[in-house]
Amino acid sequence: MRYAETGFDLEVDLTRGNIERVATAPELTALHLGGEGAAAKELWDRVPPEVDPFSPRNLLIFSAGLLHGTPVPGANRTCVSTISPQTNLYVTSGFTGFFGPELKHAGYDRIIIRGKSPSPVYLHIRNDKVELRDATHLVGKSALETSALIKDEMKEAKLQVAAIGLAGENRVCQATIDHANTSASRGVGVVMGDKGLKAIAVRGTKDINVARPAELFERCNAMYQEIYDNPRCGDAFLSEADDSWQVKNIAAAGGALGGVKGFWTKELQDEWTVRVESEHMHFQWENYSQQMEEVHETVVDESKRLRGTGCFNCTKNCHEAVYLPGQRQYFLKSYSKLAYATAAYADLKINYDVLFGMQEYGLDESATLQAVSFALELRQAGILTDAELPDFPADGPGRCGYLLEKIATRQGIGDALADGVHLAAARIGKGAEAFDRSVKKIEQLPLNEEQLDYPHFLMYATGAKMGITQIEGSFPQFPIADKQQRAAFVAAWDAAPERFKIWFLEWEPGAQLPVEAAVDIADWNEAMHSADDAIGICPLLSSFRGQFGGRPPYHLHNLPAFITLATGLELDAEGLLEIAKRNRLLVRAINARRGVTRGDEQAPAGLYGKGEPETEQRLLDAYYAFRGWNGDGVPSAETLDGLGLRYVREDLAQRGILK
Amino acid sequence: MSGQAKKKIVKEIKVDVEKCIGCRACEVACSGFHASPKYSSFNPARSRIRVVLDLPSDVYVPLRAGEYTAAECTGRQTFRINGKNYSECSFCPASCPSRDLFKEPDSGLPLKCDMCEDEKIPMCVQVCRPGALTYEEREEERDDEPTPGEVEIGLQALLHRHGAQKVKDTFARLSQGE
Ligand code: SF4
Ligand code: SF4
Ligand code: SF4
Repeated sequence: MRYAETGFDLEVDLTRGNIERVATAPELTALHLGGEGAAAKELWDRVPPEVDPFSPRNLLIFSAGLLHGTPVPGANRTCVSTISPQTNLYVTSGFTGFFGPELKHAGYDRIIIRGKSPSPVYLHIRNDKVELRDATHLVGKSALETSALIKDEMKEAKLQVAAIGLAGENRVCQATIDHANTSASRGVGVVMGDKGLKAIAVRGTKDINVARPAELFERCNAMYQEIYDNPRCGDAFLSEADDSWQVKNIAAAGGALGGVKGFWTKELQDEWTVRVESEHMHFQWENYSQQMEEVHETVVDESKRLRGTGCFNCTKNCHEAVYLPGQRQYFLKSYSKLAYATAAYADLKINYDVLFGMQEYGLDESATLQAVSFALELRQAGILTDAELPDFPADGPGRCGYLLEKIATRQGIGDALADGVHLAAARIGKGAEAFDRSVKKIEQLPLNEEQLDYPHFLMYATGAKMGITQIEGSFPQFPIADKQQRAAFVAAWDAAPERFKIWFLEWEPGAQLPVEAAVDIADWNEAMHSADDAIGICPLLSSFRGQFGGRPPYHLHNLPAFITLATGLELDAEGLLEIAKRNRLLVRAINARRGVTRGDEQAPAGLYGKGEPETEQRLLDAYYAFRGWNGDGVPSAETLDGLGLRYVREDLAQRGILK
Repeated sequence: MSGQAKKKIVKEIKVDVEKCIGCRACEVACSGFHASPKYSSFNPARSRIRVVLDLPSDVYVPLRAGEYTAAECTGRQTFRINGKNYSECSFCPASCPSRDLFKEPDSGLPLKCDMCEDEKIPMCVQVCRPGALTYEEREEERDDEPTPGEVEIGLQALLHRHGAQKVKDTFARLSQGE
């Protein structure tokens, strides 16, 4: 019997409408665990570099994590992996919620989609019954509405739905795939739209077995409490008292939109309220006479936080359901507030409206706001004029709405912007390139730092996941000034291997970490995300949440036990790191095969003060050596062979990439 | 039935729908508790508690499985509470032919909450850290009535579905084989 996993993939060929249930080799679990790792293996094996991302041969893979469907709390993050049309490189993103566990209960570890449907369809899965259904009536609908309509149509409220909105249908590079109250970003929605797949709806009622029942459940039962009590996990940003750091250090689109920088005040944070006063006018009889009287009234409507909601089997409540004036209910996806800070308007209602607009279209909050602010900067610089922006509203919020619509529909200037900032800059020309801060053609979190931060640079430049927020998180971002507090932090820091504790103890404010520490930190940070994505644990409980407070519920030293008890696979910290290393090497190899070279590994323009190109190169040298890559950033033959990836080495050698 | 008044421990699970975050940990725990061996498999579809969820409407109702009913209600009712609409069967715990709630997914046999029999605190309550479910025991004077066991409930369902003759025949055939 296979524990924790189902042992089956669902293969869907949209061109031919063919659907197959395919048994997977058990050995692969020990090598890659599952989730994103298993998806990377599929992409390496089946999507050679000749395949264009918009080709029917590109695969779109939805992976449930290895631990989905087991009682391990917070195991619910589904990974979506494909080759990105924006970068022509590997991309993986994910959403939490309920989808992955439901897929496991339907009897599948992954859905592997290939081909293209001639007309819009959605995939309906109910255990062994799988069908492609017409989605013409869902075209143009938002993901939330699509989900509601499918549930209605199938008369099954318990379906879990992942869908694209208008942006995905129009092959917009910032398109998300949305599920419940969360979404997958970095452009995976564009491939779903290209394939003509509007949504996937799944319902499963099968058992998932675990290897060591009593021990596993005992640990899980304690973990519910740990997660609930731990103030440092979940979307801490949502409940953080002070967001001034983010507002100050993240280049705000609000600046370009005419918003106010540094507007954040304690009072605003406490209230976080939208208040709308509107004038209502009606007539009433005056004193039963024949006279009608005009009555003016001020009606006040206020936003309300309805509740914080969780994801499948997680006791955290990261997703705020809020009521907005005007009878509207709205979900803040976790980390929406980061985008909200980026929009940075003094008038909070506008921020909600902007977020709401993006959610309706199915646009990624982070990348889209960057495209918006890019367009506004170009207008300020005279590169975009009234000719490209006809009827451009005068006010900031109006402009934002205008651009969102153009992007989602690919109309006018929106067509270029919908290719992402990098390609848009190339299409627009006239010096627009100078406003592009992408790395490897993809938008980056626009941090402004005073000086070069070694691990930050390495994560931006080399990150397998192409976005620093998907890589950072195990090692603290800042040193602790007070020596006693520092020692106390380290004493309680179960998550870290010993050497990191020493580096942290010696780290003084304002000082650089040693290069050897920086490379190790960048590597460890990314490895933990890779592990989470293979087993399907939400990073907000694990790899992303070590950096503040150092006490994530899950970490390198307790994850292996959960995996062993659930799957029966003997695993320790070292073994987990080795698997993460293997999975990351595959991603590196996919990208090397698709042309990534050392020259592409840069910091985003303007990340930190004055450029230090020599130090950057020194850091890259050290990092490549640490990872066992050659000077071009390609994994060496020994490194690949050492992790059982001989087939990768041979392929890279044959193509002349590995000399 | 004796009809004699007796002191009885009443186990009660209090539900605070405002505190429910919709995580469905209760479903996971309940399904694991009733697997055999205990916790060897998990499947919310087998759980004896289900969270009736409607995200856009902010509706969250954890509902424990009650009695099996052979026929669905004649007519339906809907509720509107504090501006929220609750669908017709949101608060009804019955294992009923009108829906697939509280039925074993394979056999269709009805599921019923047994308050986790030997467990001191029911499992769904144990894992519900947000406090939507809390547990209380109290003493009450009650008429002593026999409570049907699992076999009885299952049999009743089979009788309704297939009729007495078929069940008798099948029983005879199967017990000969043993
Ligand atoms: S930590 Fe938050 S985002 Fe992650 S699974 Fe839990 S509720 Fe969802
Ligand atoms: S465990 Fe509690 S909070 Fe979670 S869904 Fe069940 S009742 Fe609601
Ligand atoms: S009390 Fe026990 S049997 Fe009843 S719903 Fe809760 S966990 Fe399930």
